[in-house]
Amino acid sequence: MEIWSLPFSPSQRAKLLSAGYTYLHSFSHLSPSALAADLDVSPQEASDVLRVVTQAGMMRKPDSIVAGAQTAWDILCEDRTMNHITTSCEDLDGILGGGISCKEITEVGGVPGIGKTQLGIQLAVNVQIPVEYGGLGGKAIYVDTEGSFMVERAFQIAESCIQDIMDKVLQTDDVGVCQENLHVNAILANIFYFRICSYTEQIAVVNYLEKFISAQKDVKIIIIDSVTFHFRQDFDDLALRTRVLSALAQKMMKLAKKFNLAVVLLNQVTTKCTDGSFQLTLALGESWSHACTNRIILYWKGNERCAYLDKSPSLPLSAAPFSVTTKGIRSVASSCKRMRTT
Amino acid sequence: MLLLSFQALSLMENHVKNDYLGGHLPTRLKGLDDALCGGIPFGALTELVGPAGIGKTQFCLKLSLLAALPTSYGGLDGCAIYIDTESKFNSRRLIEIAENSFPEIFHLKGMAQKLAGRIVVLRPTSLTEFTESLQQIKLSLLQHRVKLLLIDSMAALLSNECEWDQKASRQDSLGWHMSFLKSLSEFSRIPVVVTNQVRAQSSDYASSYPFQVHVRDQSIRNSERSESHLVGALGFNWAHAVNIRLILEAHSGKRFIKVAKSPISPPLAFPYFVSSSGITLETDNGIEVAGPDINTIRCQGMVLRIP
Repeated sequence: MEIWSLPFSPSQRAKLLSAGYTYLHSFSHLSPSALAADLDVSPQEASDVLRVVTQAGMMRKPDSIVAGAQTAWDILCEDRTMNHITTSCEDLDGILGGGISCKEITEVGGVPGIGKTQLGIQLAVNVQIPVEYGGLGGKAIYVDTEGSFMVERAFQIAESCIQDIMDKVLQTDDVGVCQENLHVNAILANIFYFRICSYTEQIAVVNYLEKFISAQKDVKIIIIDSVTFHFRQDFDDLALRTRVLSALAQKMMKLAKKFNLAVVLLNQVTTKCTDGSFQLTLALGESWSHACTNRIILYWKGNERCAYLDKSPSLPLSAAPFSVTTKGIRSVASSCKRMRTT
Repeated sequence: MLLLSFQALSLMENHVKNDYLGGHLPTRLKGLDDALCGGIPFGALTELVGPAGIGKTQFCLKLSLLAALPTSYGGLDGCAIYIDTESKFNSRRLIEIAENSFPEIFHLKGMAQKLAGRIVVLRPTSLTEFTESLQQIKLSLLQHRVKLLLIDSMAALLSNECEWDQKASRQDSLGWHMSFLKSLSEFSRIPVVVTNQVRAQSSDYASSYPFQVHVRDQSIRNSERSESHLVGALGFNWAHAVNIRLILEAHSGKRFIKVAKSPISPPLAFPYFVSSSGITLETDNGIEVAGPDINTIRCQGMVLRIP
């Protein structure tokens, strides 16, 4: 706590500052006479100063017990203003508490063809929705390990996203301004694409991201599609794999917290034997499953695609249906025409 | 190791500017080409999976021809490398397809020889030979204007290996090949088409997650039906790795080609038949398949002719 926040008279404050007393701890173990000599004031005034300081010290906040700590209240206040990135599907946003949260790692897994890459591309576009239309106005980093990012599809999704915003804006007559600011090419220009061909490149890119994001600023989401691909082969030593993966997870968590962005990791499925029957589960093993903050599993329920929130620190586990359309990820109810036409 | 990042916009501009035909190899099956936004994409791995005798090799023969055709006829004007692991490649059938599909070109003098001369056939007998050939191909790809790489079939090579019993080493070698093929296709911007075999659904086939309780009970009751369900032979890992999956199956007395996995296409099935000019669609209007049925492979009620 700094001296200027304490109730001193201006002349007292000036003397304290010129003598070099700026923090509370500067006064520790100081007797009134020593302080009086240092400040060139009467001992009475010095002991008054010390009394104010001690009183302030008793009301010290507990978070200064350890440097870098935060009280639960401060975290709660921060959480209330936490940003969410919409998935464009109201039901899915509903079970996620508004969308994909920043400062957290969200893992999304599912069988091939269910829509993981589609969700990844949708999020890379949605993060760029300007703040005045309910988005974060940020940029996206897309780390592609499998080659599944199709830029033509990103173009389609970006176009539809702009169209949706325009439809909403039409009601408020701000169309002209909106049209100027939103353009598909601008959206594509704000998706930074890395193509990774081995697990060493994957580790290198995660290490490089800190520098990249500090230079770029405004990056609000990192999507890795998929985090599994290179780790499922080439690794004979599973213990090493676990170590490498947990180091990766730690770095991603650090990036998420430091730059206040969302991290989305897409994962594949594998089979697991439990109680004699074989079931589907996300790949990379038990230890990896601890690394993410939230986990969403995309699966088929009858003929519909569903998303199940499998792990969350604060939300109940629940499922929501969604669909993949020409426009991207949308709710089931809103799309009356399921078929995508090109 | 240089880490390059691209803005998605520059990717788009590169594709449009540099790729022939906008980055797709048209298959001449109009409905399928429309669904795939142009055809088989460059720089991606496309899988053709289906039961024996359904027409995968026929499809591959036609594709290799299309790669060799001059651009004025909608081809890629380059070489096609056909890696034939099951000795299915038949030159006579290739010429028959060519004569019936493009009669106007093939009657020109010397054209048949020129086009057939552009299709390079390799017959590796072991996985190591195959791996070596792939590495050689990567080096000489650009010099020789190779425009298409076809592998018919991937599964046969792996099933021949003695280490088939050891699932881990099979997965490892498959993994290496998957990565290699992907990087080859992206680096040289060519389409890579791989065919896959099918096998019966085994008892360790998993279909539901732990939180899907009622689905599990139902599947226990339906376990008697599992013999009629076929699955791709190369497993989940492979299924995740391919970018486009085309399933060829037979049911209700007809054959269908389904777009089962694709980032840009709806789940459509097209009925087709095999004729003297290769594969022909019965209709260009695909039937939309809802739900996970798009991924099932059926082989019922057909007498399949082995070519």
